[in-house]
Amino acid sequence: MKNATIQRVLRNGAVRFGAIVLAVLVTLAALAPVLGTVDPAWLDAVNMNQPPMTKADWTGPDNQTAPRTLLMGTDSFGRDIYSRVLYGTRISLVVGVAVAVVALIIGTFFGLMAGYFRRVDAVLMRVMDGLMAIPGILLAIALVAAWGAQLSTVIIAIAVPEIPRVTRLVRSLVLSIREEPYIEAAISIGTPTWKILLRHVLPNSIAPMVVQGTYVCASAILLEAILSFLGLGLPSEIPTWGNIMAEARVVFSSAPHNMWFPGIFLAFTVLAVNLLGDGLRDTLDPKFNKRGVQR
Amino acid sequence: MGAFLVKRILATIPVLVIVAVIVFTLIRLVPGDPAAVIAGNMATNEDIARIRTELGLDRGFFTQFLLWAKGLVSGDLGQSFFFKKEVTALIAERLEPTLSLAFLTIVLTVLVAVPLGTLAAWRHGGWLDRALMGFSVLGFSIPVFVLGYLLVYFFALKLDWFPVQGYRPLREGLWPWLHQLLLPAITLSIVYVALIARVTRASVAEALTEDYVRTARAKGLPEARVLVRHALANAAVPIVTVIGIGIALLIGGVVVTESVYSIPGLGTLTVDAVLARDFPVIQGVILFFAFLYVMVNLLVDLSYLFLDPRIRY
Repeated sequence: MKNATIQRVLRNGAVRFGAIVLAVLVTLAALAPVLGTVDPAWLDAVNMNQPPMTKADWTGPDNQTAPRTLLMGTDSFGRDIYSRVLYGTRISLVVGVAVAVVALIIGTFFGLMAGYFRRVDAVLMRVMDGLMAIPGILLAIALVAAWGAQLSTVIIAIAVPEIPRVTRLVRSLVLSIREEPYIEAAISIGTPTWKILLRHVLPNSIAPMVVQGTYVCASAILLEAILSFLGLGLPSEIPTWGNIMAEARVVFSSAPHNMWFPGIFLAFTVLAVNLLGDGLRDTLDPKFNKRGVQR
Repeated sequence: MGAFLVKRILATIPVLVIVAVIVFTLIRLVPGDPAAVIAGNMATNEDIARIRTELGLDRGFFTQFLLWAKGLVSGDLGQSFFFKKEVTALIAERLEPTLSLAFLTIVLTVLVAVPLGTLAAWRHGGWLDRALMGFSVLGFSIPVFVLGYLLVYFFALKLDWFPVQGYRPLREGLWPWLHQLLLPAITLSIVYVALIARVTRASVAEALTEDYVRTARAKGLPEARVLVRHALANAAVPIVTVIGIGIALLIGGVVVTESVYSIPGLGTLTVDAVLARDFPVIQGVILFFAFLYVMVNLLVDLSYLFLDPRIRY
């Protein structure tokens, strides 16, 4: 990428906001163990349903009791919400990035195949139409139900509904790029097809794919939280934002804050990723700029 | 046009067949012996054998699919293990709440999003436009269940304007039905309003740059008429298209919203079925929703004929 492009991207307000919020979240996730957290799965039965900012005597896994300020309170089992929310950041970010990577790799492969080989195109795109006819949440739910919920299966189950969209995008890019004169030139000097795809078609599709990747990441983070919230995602002892909120439902009328803290983190994360995507789209994708009305 | 109708309707068949294959394959993805997994830990060998026969798992993949597809075509989605009922009967029972929620959401959305988007495009760059764009980014980012609980907290728990949870069927009267359903429908419509207002704004703004709009203004038509009859009418096709595409989003949102508000519809049925590993029900619900989605988009395609007289297939 040229220096001028990088500068243009970095000057965009949405990109800046998104990047800063995400940098803070990544730091929180990475440093979770040293940010005054306790074992997120540990429950102290004496301190059940404590409101935020309670100064309590907290008994840890080592049976030592020490005074501790419960920043975000505790849940109905006596687990520390602050620790669970911070550790939950890890799951959300890992799922978001992993789903985006998996969906982009598989979708790009399919898209290149469909865009370049006519015969593959007909069959593959019909399958993609079928996949797209099933609402994403339902497909992910059904896949998790079949495979059982672990981190790896949740990631793949969320990635599957995203694959058709990436495939369609890459296919349409390939279809327009293959008409360019430089492809004709490459063919005429006898460049093998795989080399044309990897050297010429793929590099010219990177920018829209990065933009698409951020949107996939945002919707994956939401979808993981939804699965956990419905009680269908990762096992409830694993601290995910969705799991914290699923437990908060039971005591919602008396302790609504258990819902708000993970909810705020979730909304901010998704907002940051979406804004990053919007900013990248505006600065990287010249087609969107030309239309004017998109802004 | 008759030929187009037939062609377009026939074009839905391959999609539905592929959906059926995907849904059928689902249960075969269960690692190990699906029958044993479905039967659960308490099952005896006889139970497992019975389930295997019921599901046809003792036969070859292809035979199984043909048998299952034959049932599908005649409207037989199989038997629920958990509810001990026909899947079609279960879906029929749970249909009203879900359709009510979806219908009210679409009505609310169109009533709010189309005027908002049109006004934003009219005063392009003005305060309403900026507010709408900000709102639409927010709308895409706030998870529907967080929003649901926020609304419950303020409007049901604090202000006591609406009931917290549940559903009242339409036969108990229009007002009880609406009163109970309004909060869930508002919750669900936020993301949908964000989507449709954004598209309305973009396509109306584009239409407003056209020559016929200048002509309409030049001949002294009132601005409202220019906006509605000339700009909005010409922007209708993309708006209706995105309403159709948004149905997938809506169906996903229905599952979550029903869960938040304890509405006994197809969404809660899906969640219960997954928790009970009741695969015939999971398959039935997915097939039903996919069918609905394909049909709505068929209607959307057909509506182009009325919305845009230039489109003649």
